[in-house]
Amino acid sequence: MFSFAAAALVIAMGLALVRAVAGPTIYDRILAINAHGTKTVLLIAVVGFLTGRPDFLDLALVYALINFIGTLAALKFFKFGALGDHE
Amino acid sequence: MSPVADIASWALLIGGAVFVVAGGIGLIRLPDFYSRMHAAGLVDTMGAGLIVAGLAIQAGFTQVTIKLGLILVFLFFTSPTATHAVAHAARVGGLKPWAKDKTPDGEAARDGEDGRESGGKDGA
Repeated sequence: MFSFAAAALVIAMGLALVRAVAGPTIYDRILAINAHGTKTVLLIAVVGFLTGRPDFLDLALVYALINFIGTLAALKFFKFGALGDHE
Repeated sequence: MSPVADIASWALLIGGAVFVVAGGIGLIRLPDFYSRMHAAGLVDTMGAGLIVAGLAIQAGFTQVTIKLGLILVFLFFTSPTATHAVAHAARVGGLKPWAKDKTPDGEAARDGEDGRESGGKDGA
């Protein structure tokens, strides 16, 4: 049953990647990568249960935080062209 | 693990998987950015909620359940914030919402050249 959920997550991640590659605007790509990161968090949690090692949940927690910071950083970089100070 | 809890957890996992795949298909099929955000929200709320709930039933009341709850809380706080940031950036950046009926008094027509070219197309 875990493998069914993992397979569904992998399929959905592939669809999100298709949108990230094909997306006409930069916002489509950022949104698709954000959704891809959320599915990565869920996939890590499910694979942890699938292999009988729930310690993987720590990695899922870190991925949840990195995904959020990464989305905001990509948006800011696209908007201002830099990540540091700006007027 | 009792059979009832097992079946409940399987049902939650399958429901979450259905929502996740529906969100992925919506991300491909929907016509513009603002409607694709709707599909991405499906994954963040129902997909994540159902899958994490199914895993929590499998784990029982242990430290693993607390970590699952933390993941859910993080996702529930960060994904609306990120989605709002992307939508705000797109709106400020000048991306116009897709409209099927671009009548002259609609917003798509008011905003610029999009309305003028469609005015000739479906003028009748």
